Parts: sequence; structure tokens; C-alpha cells
Amino acid sequence: MKLLTHNMLTSNIIKGVTKGFPLGIQVSKLEEKSVDFNPDFVARMIPKIDWSALKQAASDVGKGDEIPADIVPQYEQNEDFLKKAHHVLMEIEVIEGELVCPESGRKFPVSNGIPNMLLNEDEV
Amino acid sequence: MASGGRPERQAPPEIFYNEDEARKYSTNTRIIEIQSQLSERAIELLRLPDDTSCFILDIGCGSGLSGECLTDLGHYWVGLDISSAMLDVAVERETEGDLILGDMGYGMPFKPGTFDGVISISALQWLCNADKKYHHPPKRLLKFFTTLYASMARGARAVFQLYPENSSQLELITQQAMRSGFTGGLVVDYPNSTKAKKMFLCLFAGGQPQQLPKGLGTEESQTNKSQITFSDKRERMKNVRGKSLKKSRDWILEKKERRRRQGKEVRPDTKYTGRKRKAYF
Ligand SMILES: C[S@@+](CC[C@H](N)C(=O)[O-])C[C@H]1O[C@@H](n2cnc3c(N)ncnc32)[C@H](O)[C@@H]1O
Repeated sequence: MKLLTHNMLTSNIIKGVTKGFPLGIQVSKLEEKSVDFNPDFVARMIPKIDWSALKQAASDVGKGDEIPADIVPQYEQNEDFLKKAHHVLMEIEVIEGELVCPESGRKFPVSNGIPNMLLNEDEV
Repeated sequence: MASGGRPERQAPPEIFYNEDEARKYSTNTRIIEIQSQLSERAIELLRLPDDTSCFILDIGCGSGLSGECLTDLGHYWVGLDISSAMLDVAVERETEGDLILGDMGYGMPFKPGTFDGVISISALQWLCNADKKYHHPPKRLLKFFTTLYASMARGARAVFQLYPENSSQLELITQQAMRSGFTGGLVVDYPNSTKAKKMFLCLFAGGQPQQLPKGLGTEESQTNKSQITFSDKRERMKNVRGKSLKKSRDWILEKKERRRRQGKEVRPDTKYTGRKRKAYF
């Protein structure tokens, strides 16, 4: 699971959970994979990113210092910023670990890079 | 097809799509070809802006064949599927998309306004079955569509290729989609051919009013010419995006190059790369 996906993922499908965002990350295996840098795509995604959640997620996986605390002004033209965002969003992957619902504490296992968002009967 | 032959009648999806079934999605050329064709048509119906890399959700992404079509067009995607065996094949295939194990009937676990488009190939009809005692198909469909609507950017499209068992299933599906706020409707390609006929539910999530695309092989789309326009379009896309036709030698070379840059192990290019194999064994 890329941190880009994590930034979009919520646990609000659980009955009684209203926002379910951002999910906490407990990681036991992390991988870095290189992905072609596509500045247009990254720039287009920035407005959709909850930056403080991304910063938190990056710290949760021990990479907090790889991105700035805030989105910089005129980021579209700032290649250095876009490259950092690209790296953290697209190249860092949680392979094994758990995601934690911020409201209910419910844990979703991540295995083989795939978060398991299946629910139990009493959660739907 | 006799209803006894419908996979949806045999077992719940997470059981039907077991390792044996999933294996076929990496070995059976007929399945691979059909899935890729349906995916390409679904993506065409999405009408994504030209030359823009979009963020797409693939529902029932399975082994990632549909996702690979998205990747080939320069898009990024997240796939959700209920079968871990199918997702394992996607991991093996090293698809570029990110994968999530989930049941669409529980709702889409995403932030509002996330996706620029949604595709789903041969999956939606599964939601019409009650595979567990507590499953209530109309409720599951409604939960699915309302949460899907929220997760899409305004004006984005969702295109579902589907195999409804009968007209009342289709009616239930469309009704729940409209109740969730979607507009749009059904596009039927080659409606007069039992074999080639394919159904695509095209849904629009708000925004400006949009016109429903025409089906291929219908009067309006000029009989028989439609197949040609489709391949024309692929040729055009190739030029626009500077990309090569799928499965051509150039396409394979580019894909290998991309993988090399990602530091993956790739066999060296030779004069045999991308050559058609002779039919004898
Ligand atoms: C015909 S396959 C599609 C294969 C996929 N397009 C590919 O490229 O491999 C249909 C898929 O829908 C999935 N599916 C069925 N019911 C589902 C549900 N309730 N939630 C999520 N996925 C489901 C199945 O597990 C299966 O992988």
C-alpha cells in the first residue's frame, strides 16, 4: 500500500464510525520501489491530499523528515517539492502491518502489501 | 447461458474466485483477451481528458488485467476485490496499481472526491446475490452506490461492464444507482448479436449534464463502422500519447524499459522480443 492510497482510505464503512480518517499505521515491513516521476500527476493530486495526514503517515513509517510540514506556495513549479511528494506518495509502500481506525481502534491487517478492509457481520 | 452455468449461482465470489479460477487470469489467453477488450471499451466510455494522467478506481480489479489497460494509457489506479486469490495474481503480475481486499457491498472506504473515474469489469452482478444470511442485495447495492458517489470527483464517470442475470436485476441495479444521485444509463454494444452483445452501465456523479455515449453496432453509431472507429481511436491515441500499440514489439520494449528503470529484473531484448510464436509445438 502506497501512502497515496493511505491518504484516500477511511474506515467510515464501519457502522457508527463517522469520519474514520486518517487511519493510523503500524508497520512491520516497509519497501521502497522506484516509480517514474510524473510532475503533472503529482501536482494534480496535491489538492486532494490531506497534507497533515500524509506528514503523520510518513512519520508513522519512519519517513517523517522526507517531506516538508506544509504544502509550499506555487508548488506546481517547484520540482524539488514535487519530487519529495512523489517519493513519499508513490514510492514508499507498507508491505506488512496494520491500519488503525482513529475512532473505534479497529485494526485492519496489511499483508503482502494489501490492506484487508473486510468487515464482520456486526460492523456493517 | 443457462442460469446453472452462471458463476454467481455456484458460490460466493470469494469462494468462486479461488486459486484455480484466479490462475486462469494469468494463463488462459481467451480470458485475458476478453478482459482486456472489455476494459479498453470501459475506459473509452469514461471519456477521460486527453493527455492527463488520472486517478482511477477499479472495482472487482481481480488479477489486474483491467488495471494494466489503465496503466498502459498513463493512468494511476487503486483496485478493490473480495478475492485474495485474485489479488495474489495481481501482485505476481507486478501491476502498478495499489490493491485493497474489500467487499463492495460494505461500501467504498475512501475520502470524498477522490477518484477521477471508476471502472468495473464483470463484477457488479455479483452484488445481486445474497451469499450470507444477513445479505440484503437492495441494501448492499444502495450502500455501494451512495459511498461510491461520495468517493468520486464531481462530474466523474463510473463505467460498469456487467452481466445481469435478467431484466429485474438490471432494473434493481439502475434504480439503486439513481437513488444514490447518479445520472446516466445503459450503453449496449452490438445489441443484435447474442455473442458480441455487451452491456455497460455508465454513471455520472453530478457536475454538468452529460450525454450518454452510443453503443457500438447500433443504428445511431453507423452499423459496422463502429468497430473501425474504435481501432482508429487506438491508432490516434498512440500518436497523441507517443505510446505504442498494445502487445506490439515497441510496446513490449517500452514496458521492459520502464521495468528496468524501476530496478526490476527484465530479460534482455533480442531480435525475438515481441515476435509472434509459430502455431506448432
Ligand atoms: C470477472 S472478474 C474481473 C477480473 C478483473 N477485471 C481482472 O482484470 O482480473 C470479477 C471480479 O469481481 C470480484 N467481485 C465479485 N464480487 C465482489 C464484491 N462483492 N466485492 C469486491 N469484488 C467482487 C471477484 O472477486 C472477481 O475478481
